[in-house]
Amino acid sequence: MSILLSDISKNFGAFAALDHINLEIPEGELVALLGPSGCGKTTLLRIIAGLEKSDSGRVLLNGEDKTHEHASHRGIGFVFQHYALFRHMTVFENVAFGLRVKNKKIRPNEAAIQKKVHTLLELVQLDWLHDRHPDQLSGGQRQRIALARALAVEPSVLLLDEPFGALDASVRKDLRLWLRNLHHDLNVTSIFVTHDQEEAMEVASQVVVLNHGRIEQQGAPSDIYDNPSNAFVSRFIGQTNIFDTAEIDQDWLKTSGLTLAKTQGQFAHVRPHDIELVKSADLAAEMGAYAILKDWQHLGSLIRIELAGKGAQPFNQPIYAEMPNERFKQLQLNRGDKVAVKIRNARWFH
Amino acid sequence: MNAVTQSQHTVKLTAIPQALEDPTWVRRGLIFITVGFIFLFLCLPLSVVIIEAFSKGVSAYWDALAQPEAQAAIGLTLLTALATVPLNTVFGITAAWCITRFEFLGKSLLTTLIDLPFSVSPVISGLIFVLLFGAQGWFGSWFAEHDIKIIFAVPGIILATLFITFPFVARELIPLMQEMGSEEEEAALSLGASGWKTFFLITLPNIKWGLLYGVLLCNARAMGEFGAVSVVSGHIRGLTNTLPLHVEVSYNEYDFVGAFASASILAGLAIVTLILKSVLEWKQQRERGY
Repeated sequence: MSILLSDISKNFGAFAALDHINLEIPEGELVALLGPSGCGKTTLLRIIAGLEKSDSGRVLLNGEDKTHEHASHRGIGFVFQHYALFRHMTVFENVAFGLRVKNKKIRPNEAAIQKKVHTLLELVQLDWLHDRHPDQLSGGQRQRIALARALAVEPSVLLLDEPFGALDASVRKDLRLWLRNLHHDLNVTSIFVTHDQEEAMEVASQVVVLNHGRIEQQGAPSDIYDNPSNAFVSRFIGQTNIFDTAEIDQDWLKTSGLTLAKTQGQFAHVRPHDIELVKSADLAAEMGAYAILKDWQHLGSLIRIELAGKGAQPFNQPIYAEMPNERFKQLQLNRGDKVAVKIRNARWFH
Repeated sequence: MNAVTQSQHTVKLTAIPQALEDPTWVRRGLIFITVGFIFLFLCLPLSVVIIEAFSKGVSAYWDALAQPEAQAAIGLTLLTALATVPLNTVFGITAAWCITRFEFLGKSLLTTLIDLPFSVSPVISGLIFVLLFGAQGWFGSWFAEHDIKIIFAVPGIILATLFITFPFVARELIPLMQEMGSEEEEAALSLGASGWKTFFLITLPNIKWGLLYGVLLCNARAMGEFGAVSVVSGHIRGLTNTLPLHVEVSYNEYDFVGAFASASILAGLAIVTLILKSVLEWKQQRERGY
């Protein structure tokens, strides 16, 4: 089911949590609402679910205005960060809850409920836990039960509020891929909230970047990474070196390869993998854009190199460059080496 | 003494560092003071009540309780509790729900006002009702015209008790529901449950032990309240005497067996309340270990 948000605003006292949000989500997408904490992403999710009232604006599901519809009639599945499982019920009863509270006329009979719940528990691979209580489960298991519970009522939209936020790193990684596959199988329009850009890029088919209650950019993950529409998105998604042309040494600038003719702003944002390093011994003159290698870190297949660019960054802020493992070995770099810096690509912002 | 040596033994077993251990004379002194205090101010009076109640034999005890005035007092006490406890249970749940689930203007004022009956002297509480509904009170003439008696009658007693006992359930539930949060209720709503179903299937099972605990304390106070009830009752024997008032009246008339027999019922109520209270606390703690 498609979701259309039109001109949604929400204030908490003087604080504007959401500032005239307009957003359209086509059917079947898996969308990440991404932003730093306090940017309004959870509030937006709760407004879609009907758990919170917006001050103005409308919520349309499949073209139908649901702005004043009660949460229990919206047909939206909601998964909470801290699972919110019913602690006095077994896993089975938790999942069956949505079916049991249905109006008598449309409530399935006991056999149908049994069948449906067991099917869902098998879907989340936890049928063997059906008679346990929530406090006997691990965090990852609880979150999968919470998802099965939300799916039991066959929601037309699935909303997940930081679904992996309370889990430890390895479980989180597994569940991310699992959610992506599950979405692929069920194809129910889903929105999940996260502050983790890596998670958003890995799981979502569409990413919506929020900041200070406004949408900064919406698009496919690769689109947002390659073409950030403003300085905030560029800084927030992935790592970025920022060069201020007003502060930078002009000689350094010229020799680094930053083409000043194409300057479209004061700040050049350069991704670490767009910086190339040449060992200084190869160069005749120790002039222009060079830097001192301070340190490096292994990121698996990549090496991240920390550089001190003389004249390039005020207050001795480090410059980060990334290169494949093999290339790093070829260069045979050591701490304290002088390297020439070549910038292949930059994005300009005011 | 046996208990003391035993506790010393366990202290040694759990190996508390020497530096953290108080000297023996301090420990023994503190234990002696505590036990002595409890004996002097709790056990001794309680046994006096029992001994005096049975001082003229068991049959005298039963005779005292079988008197029509005593019977009427027991009946009125039960009626008062029966009227006030359910009302205050409903009020307590409603108040706790408002305070923990909604944001509204004057919320902190409401929270403070709920505690008012605890901070006001019960005599003043009773006096409020006399000033409102008494013959010379604000609404006294209106009620007199319509032939409705409130002060020096059962309605006054129930009103005063209602006022005195209304904080118990709310005070017990507010912290409990605050700690629980509203996520489970929101989950139930998003699964299609109505407000009522959410309350009965999700909220109530989670707060049941705390609620029972509040009801228990509310009931104990409703049956035992003296000050406020004394002001509005008028002490009409057989008509407006609750058990605590009956104890006083009997004692003033030198009917010691009657006074202490009635008092023994109240003491028994206190002991039963205490036992149930510990059971409920234990149950609650066990279920909250989530």
